[in-house]
Amino acid sequence: MDRILAQLPRFLSADNLVLLAEAAGMTLALTAVGCGIGFGLAFLLVYLRQSPGRWALPLRLLCIAYVEVFRRIPFLVVTYLVLFFIQAVASNASLFTIAVVAICIHATAYTAEIVRGGLESVPRQQIEAAQAMNIGRLRTTVLIVLPQAWPVIVPPAIAYAVSFIKDTSLVSQIGVFELTFRAKELNNQGFSGILAYGAIALVYFVISFPLSLLGQHLEKRLATSRAERRARRLRRA
Amino acid sequence: MPHLELRDVRAGYGALEVLRGVSLAVDRGEVVALVGPSGSGKSTVLRVLMGLTPLSAGQVSIDGRPVDFRSRGELRALRDRMAIVFQQYNLFQNMTVMGNVTLAPLRIKRWPRAEVEAEARALLAKVGLAGREDAYPDELSGGQQQRVAIARALALRPEILLLDEVTSALDPELVNEVLDTIRTLAAEGMTMLIVSHEMGFVREIADRVVMMDAGEVIEAGPPAEILDNPRTERARRFFGKVLRH
Repeated sequence: MDRILAQLPRFLSADNLVLLAEAAGMTLALTAVGCGIGFGLAFLLVYLRQSPGRWALPLRLLCIAYVEVFRRIPFLVVTYLVLFFIQAVASNASLFTIAVVAICIHATAYTAEIVRGGLESVPRQQIEAAQAMNIGRLRTTVLIVLPQAWPVIVPPAIAYAVSFIKDTSLVSQIGVFELTFRAKELNNQGFSGILAYGAIALVYFVISFPLSLLGQHLEKRLATSRAERRARRLRRA
Repeated sequence: MPHLELRDVRAGYGALEVLRGVSLAVDRGEVVALVGPSGSGKSTVLRVLMGLTPLSAGQVSIDGRPVDFRSRGELRALRDRMAIVFQQYNLFQNMTVMGNVTLAPLRIKRWPRAEVEAEARALLAKVGLAGREDAYPDELSGGQQQRVAIARALALRPEILLLDEVTSALDPELVNEVLDTIRTLAAEGMTMLIVSHEMGFVREIADRVVMMDAGEVIEAGPPAEILDNPRTERARRFFGKVLRH
């Protein structure tokens, strides 16, 4: 304990704090870029998976296989696979790129199920009505299905991304300069492990908690029906 | 030559055969009512015509020309000429009344906006919904939603209109509003195929009645003949039940 207190002033030096903030920024960037791209790819995957017709059967099976396979492989293993694969084909790729690709692969598989659940929550009859009016599949998805699926998709997708902030710590294993890697380094520099890992634990919490509150707020907002919001607006006016 | 003709059409879902060889014809400007017990395949006839349920055998012809439902182009052309009003309205819940009515004319038919919007307003006025253009479906009653669905179908300027039990989901006091709209269309000479349980309405509006049971046409003829003097025992039992109500 005395050692920790003695180390504290040096640990809280400006240099260290800047490095910690940079590491926190890296953690956030990994999550935002990885989950953001993964979320977009999840839409594409689900759209392809819903391709109608016999000719699209291999495509549908491929999409299902992707989701089932990557949901069953530990994220750390995906990360190593991506690392060795990318290094084999493009040795100058940055660690950040490698980490983001790994996160994308994982996030696509996980959010695809969220997206699919959302799209399937829209009554089939509305899609048939669109078909009967010659409205194509892409248009129907964009103009009719997505706007209604959004409230079902967004809250769990945000919850997934927020919880993934914690999982990014695994990419410290391949040497990406994010929070957990930074704590390891501080520990190696002689700082107490309690101090180093305690500090990043606090940072993880400080990043995640407001974002999860934001997610809950959005969930409530989206759950309120349009009619209710409109009624409230009219009462205020 | 009939405007619309089905010849020995068979269709089903998996192993279940819902239509077991249906033949019927609708002339230009004619109103034909499809009646029969639930599960007899009436709605499936309309779904087959819109290309929503595939037919396994038989033929559908428009103006004497057979339709190949497997050809995207022919299916598009078919849907371009026909419109359907579903029993459950099937309005797009994320769009206003105006959005529902104008979506396909603007985006698919690519007709000029001013013209489309003026026509949509006129149609909505015709079905008694003037002033509700900006409402969302969940702000409307069942009868109002049903009439929006009718306006949405008419905005496509179809040659043939298919109506699937458009009054069955309505409160009794709303039924008349919807039936009035259909009466007007019939008077204007629209070709219509109507699935209905309202025998009084069928008697008044239909030029011909087609009675179906278990995926087959049992009887067809003028309303007076079919409703009052059915030839088959099956039809007598059915009308005996529904007409007593």
